Amino acid sequence: MSAKQIRHEIPMTDHLFHEGVVDTRHGPILYLDDVSVSFDGFKALNNLSLVIDAGELRCMIGPNGAGKTTLMDVITGKTRPDVGTVFFGQTIDLLEMDEPAIAQAGICRKFQKPSVFDALTVFENLELALKANKGAWATLFHRLDGEQRDKIHHIIDTIGLKANYQHRAGILSHGQKQWLEIGMLLMQEPKVMLVDEPIAGMTHQEVERTAELLVSLQGERSIIVVEHDMEFVRSIATKVTVLHEGAVLTEGTMSEVQNDPRVIQVYLGG
Amino acid sequence: MKVNSLKTDYLLTAFFLLVFSFCVHAAENPTAQQPLFDALHDLQQGAINDREHAIAQLSEIQSERSLPILRALLDGKLFTLKSGNQLVIGEDNHHGYDISDAVSGIKLDSIERSDVTKINLTNNLRVSLRKTIGQLELNAQDPVIRLAAVKAMGSDDDENALALLHKRADIEKESNVKQAIDTIFLLKEMNSSDKALRIAAIDKLKEVNSIDVVNRLNVMIEKDDNGNYLESDAEVRNLAKVALVKINSRLQFYSTIETVFFGLSLGAVLVLAAIGLAITFGVMGVINMAHGELMMLGAYTTYVMQQLLPNHLGVSLFLSIPAAFVISGLAGIIIERGIIRFLYGRPLETLLATFGVSLVLQQSVRSIFSPLNRSVATPEWMSGSWQINDFLSLTWNRFYILVFCLMVFVLLLQILRHTRLGLEVRAVAQNRNMAKAMGIPTDSVDAMTFGLGSGIAGVAGVALSQITNVGPNLGQAYIVDSFMVVVFGGVGNLLGTLVAGFSLGIANKFLEPFAGAVLAKILVLIFIILFIQKRPRGLFPQKGRAADS
Amino acid sequence: MESMKLGQDKTCIAVLGILAVVTFLIPLCNWIFPANSMLHFSAYTVSVLGKYLTFALLGLSLDLVWGYCGILALGHGAFFALGGYAMGMYLMRQIGTRGVYGNANLPDFMVFLNWKELPWYWIGFDHFGFAMLMVVLAPGALAFIFGYLAFRSRVTGVYLSIITQALTYALMLAFFRNEMGFGGNNGLTDCKDILGFNIQSEEVRSMLLMLSGIALISAFGICRWLVNTKLGRVVTAIRDQESRVRFLGYRVDMFKLWIFVFAAMIAGVAGALYVPQVGIINPSEFSPLNSLEIVVWVAIGGRNTLYGAIIGAVLVNYSKTMLTGLMPELWLFTLGAAFVVVTIFLPDGLVGLLRRRLQEQHA
Repeated sequence: MSAKQIRHEIPMTDHLFHEGVVDTRHGPILYLDDVSVSFDGFKALNNLSLVIDAGELRCMIGPNGAGKTTLMDVITGKTRPDVGTVFFGQTIDLLEMDEPAIAQAGICRKFQKPSVFDALTVFENLELALKANKGAWATLFHRLDGEQRDKIHHIIDTIGLKANYQHRAGILSHGQKQWLEIGMLLMQEPKVMLVDEPIAGMTHQEVERTAELLVSLQGERSIIVVEHDMEFVRSIATKVTVLHEGAVLTEGTMSEVQNDPRVIQVYLGG
Repeated sequence: MKVNSLKTDYLLTAFFLLVFSFCVHAAENPTAQQPLFDALHDLQQGAINDREHAIAQLSEIQSERSLPILRALLDGKLFTLKSGNQLVIGEDNHHGYDISDAVSGIKLDSIERSDVTKINLTNNLRVSLRKTIGQLELNAQDPVIRLAAVKAMGSDDDENALALLHKRADIEKESNVKQAIDTIFLLKEMNSSDKALRIAAIDKLKEVNSIDVVNRLNVMIEKDDNGNYLESDAEVRNLAKVALVKINSRLQFYSTIETVFFGLSLGAVLVLAAIGLAITFGVMGVINMAHGELMMLGAYTTYVMQQLLPNHLGVSLFLSIPAAFVISGLAGIIIERGIIRFLYGRPLETLLATFGVSLVLQQSVRSIFSPLNRSVATPEWMSGSWQINDFLSLTWNRFYILVFCLMVFVLLLQILRHTRLGLEVRAVAQNRNMAKAMGIPTDSVDAMTFGLGSGIAGVAGVALSQITNVGPNLGQAYIVDSFMVVVFGGVGNLLGTLVAGFSLGIANKFLEPFAGAVLAKILVLIFIILFIQKRPRGLFPQKGRAADS
Repeated sequence: MESMKLGQDKTCIAVLGILAVVTFLIPLCNWIFPANSMLHFSAYTVSVLGKYLTFALLGLSLDLVWGYCGILALGHGAFFALGGYAMGMYLMRQIGTRGVYGNANLPDFMVFLNWKELPWYWIGFDHFGFAMLMVVLAPGALAFIFGYLAFRSRVTGVYLSIITQALTYALMLAFFRNEMGFGGNNGLTDCKDILGFNIQSEEVRSMLLMLSGIALISAFGICRWLVNTKLGRVVTAIRDQESRVRFLGYRVDMFKLWIFVFAAMIAGVAGALYVPQVGIINPSEFSPLNSLEIVVWVAIGGRNTLYGAIIGAVLVNYSKTMLTGLMPELWLFTLGAAFVVVTIFLPDGLVGLLRRRLQEQHA
C-alpha cells in the first residue's frame, strides 16, 4: 500500500503520519514503553512495557484492576498516559492522535459492554463502520456502491445475522450484539483489533465460532484479546500476557504462563 | 402544591404560637418615669416659657426617651391625641399618621390627620432645642450617636458648638470620637495665620482618614480662575500635596478592601444559592431547575413570618431560618418523591420536569401573594453600616450574610462528614448499587439528600430576602448564576463551590467599576463558558473511573 | 416495524397536507373573496397563523439538534432572536424619515440617545439582500463559535444545556443595554414597510404567511432528507453512543457542529419571518424561558420525528393564545404541568402516543 493511497483515504489526519505507512518492517506493530497512568494516586498502569508483533494474536489475562481496560484506553486514545511512549509501527506516535485519528489509522476496538447503536438497524450499524471517508461532508453525500453493499452482506453472513439484518440493533440478544460489534470491527478493515471480553453472554456454539473467527483473522491482522475465560484463551492463544497491578507480570505460551509460580500466586492469592 | 401551602399554614401557626410565648414584653415601671411625665405634661399643656423649661428638663433627666421625643418635636412629629390627651409621635403615611406612644415608644395605630394636634414651636424654641439635642447627642451613651453628633456640629461653624466639642474632647474615651473632634480643631487650625501651626496641623492631618481632610487639602492645591493657587504659601502647598498623596494611597487601599468585601458578600450570596445545588446536582447528579424557586419559597417564608410578627423583626428573622428550611425541604422531598425519582439516570428529562415545577411554583406565589415584589424589613441591628473610618464602611446586612454563609457551609460540611445521613449520602453517591446491597435504604437517602439541598435553598432565600426584593422572579435571577458556581467549582465538590462562589463574586465586583454591573456580569458569564470549555470538570475535578461515566 | 413506518408516514402526510392548505389556501381565499365574505380570514387570524408557522419552523430546528443529535440546547431562542434582530434592523432602516424624529440616517432610539452616526454593525442593513444574508449568517456564526468551543472540548449533557442557557442569558443582558445599539429595553419596533410594501397591509400579511409556510415545508423536506442520509445515521449514533462513534473514526465534534450551525440558521430564518408578522423584536426573545418553551413544544409533539415538533409548536402556542386570553394565571400552571407530564408519562410526545395507538390497532 503506497503512502499516497493512505493519504487519500485519511485526509484529515495526514499530518500525523510521519512516513505515511504503518511501518512494521522491524516486526512490532504496537510498541508501548514505560507507560504509567494514575487516577487520584491509584496507578492503573505502572511502567508498563509491551510489544505486539504484526499479525499476532495475543491474549491478555489478569485479575480485576490489573489494568487491562486502561491499557486499551491508552492505545485507542481515550486515556492519556502520564508518562511513556506508545507507537503504532515504527513511525506513528499514537500519543499525538485522538480517538478518530487512531481509529482511521487502523486500530479498532470492541468494548467490554457491547456498544452498538440501538436505534439503527444491523445493516446501518455496519454501514457506519464501513471503511470510507469519514468527514462530515463526504458522509452527507455518501452512497453505498455495489461492492460496499456486497461487503456488508458478506460480513452479515460471517457474523450470522442474516435473518436480522433489517432489525434494529436494540432488539438483538447480548450474544448477537457481541457479534455485531465484531462485525463492525471487521468492516473497518483494521490492522490491529482490540477485543475486550468477546464471548460474554454467548452460547457454547457461538463461543466456538468466535474462536474460529479470531484464529482465522490472525496473520492478516494483529489481535489483542482480553478475556477471563481460560478455556477460551487456551483454545485460541499462542502467546499470553499476564497483567498484574498495571504492569506485565509474565509472557509466554499458555502452559508456560499457567506453571509460572508468580501467576499462580496472583490468581490464588497469598 | 395545594397540600404544600396548607402545610405551610399549619407550620406558620405553630411557629407563631411558639414565638408568642417567648415574647412577653418587659413591663414599664411607672414611678421611675415620673419626671418624664411631668416634663411632657408641661410640653403639652404649658405656655411658651413652660415649654422651654420642659425641654431643659427633658435634657436633664436621664431617660432614653428624651432624645426621640425632642427630635420628634423638632421635626414637627410630636402630637397630642385629641381623644385622651395622649402624647404621640406620628410618621406621615400619605393618608394620615402611623403613631407610636411618646413615652414607651410602642407602635400604635394609623390615624387621620384630624385626630391630632401638633405641638408647635417658636423660632427661639427651635434654636435652643437644636442646641439641647446636640448636647444630648454629644453625651449620649452610644458612641455611634456621639460620632454623628460630632460630625454634624463640626460642619456648621457655630461658636457654641465648638465650645461643647471642646468640653467633650476632654472627657471623651472612645478613640474614634475623640479623633473626629481633634480633626475638627485641626481643620480650624489650617485656617489660622500662624504658619507653624498650619504646618503642624497638616502633619497631623495626613494620618487621619477623613473625607473632610481630603476636601480641605484639595482646595489648597487648586487654582482659582485667574490661575493663582488658592493657597499662596508654596511650602504649605507642597506639604499639602505630600499629605494628599499619602492619604490617597490609604484611600486606594481601603477602597480595595471595600471591593473585596463587596465581592465576598456577593460571593456569599452566590455560595448560599449554589450550595444546596451542589448537593442535589453534585452529590446526587440531579439537575434541579426549581432550585431558585425553593429559594423563593424561603424568602416568602420570611415575608409571612414578618407579617405574623410585625413588631419583632429580629425574632421573626431567626425563626424564619428553621421555618424556611422545613418548608423548602418538604417541598424538595415532595418534588423528589413525586417526580425526580421516576427520572433517575435521565438528567435531561429531570431538567425539563423540574423546570416545569419551577413554573408552577412561580405562578403559585403570584396567585397567592401578588405578582408584585414584597418588601421584607430588615431588623435594626442588620441595617446601617459598620463605619470603620471615613474611607471604609461595611454594610451590616452584607456582613451578616457573609458570616451566615460560612456558618451554613461549615454546618453542612459537618453534616456530610460526621453524621450517619452524611455517610449514607456519600455512599449512595459513590456507588448506588453497592450501597443498596449493604442495606442502605437508597430511596429514603435520596429523599433526605434532596430535602437537605432544598432546605438549604430555603435558608438561602431567608438571607436573600434581606438584601433584595422578594418576588416571584427571585429564583430565576439566581438559577443561572448558581449553576455557574457549581460547574465552575467542580461538580461534587463543596469546597470548590465555596471557592468558586467567592472568586466569582470578587471578580464581578472588581470588573464593575470598569465595565458596569451588567457588562461585568456578562463578562463573568463568558469567562465561565470559556472556562468550562477548557476544563469541563471545573476547578476541582473529580478524577478516576467513576468520573468518566 | 412496517405498521410503525406506515403510521409515521400517515401522520406526516396529514401534517404536510394541513400545512399546504394553510400556506396556500388562506392567502388564495383572501385574494379571491371580498373582506366581508365568510371565507375571508381576518388580518389577526392570518398573522397569528403566520406566527405559529414560524414557531413550528423554530421547533423543527430544535428537534434536529435535540431529537436527532441529542444536544438539549436551552439557548436555541438566541438564534431565533438574532435572526429576528437582523430582520428588525432592515425594517428599522426602511422607516427612513418617517420616524418620530424624522432622522433619515439614524433610527429613533439612536437619536434619542444622542448618537451622531450609525454604528458600523448597522451598515449594510439598508439592503434587503445583505439583511437576509445576516439572518442566516449571524446565528450561524454564533452557533459556529460556541459549538466549536463546546464540542471540541467535549462538553456534553447537562453541562452543555446549562452553558447554552447561560449564553442566551448573557445575550439577553447584553441586548437590554442601550449602549449595544439595538434599542435596549424596547428593542426594534414601529416597523413600517418591507421592500416598499406596507407591513400592516393584508396582502403583505398573507404573503408573509405563505412565505412562512413555504419555509417550513422546505425546511421540513431538507431536514427529512438530512436525517435519512448516512450523516443522519451518524448523528443518531452520536446521540446514543457518542464515544463509540469516535472509535469508528468519525470526528464527532464536526458532525455536531454542522448540525448545530444548520439548525441555528433555520432558527434565524424563523426569527426573520416572525418579526415582520408581530412588528417588534425585543431582548425578552433571548430570555431563557423562551428557549425552554421551544423545548416543551418539541417534547409535547414528540421529538425525533420532525413533524412532531411542528404539531407541538402549533398546539402549545394555540393553547397559549387561548389560555392567556381567557385566564392568564392558568398559562404558567399549564406549561409547568406540561413539562412534568410529558417527561414522566409521554417520553415520546403526542406523536409517540398516536403511533402506539396505530400499532395496537394494527395488531
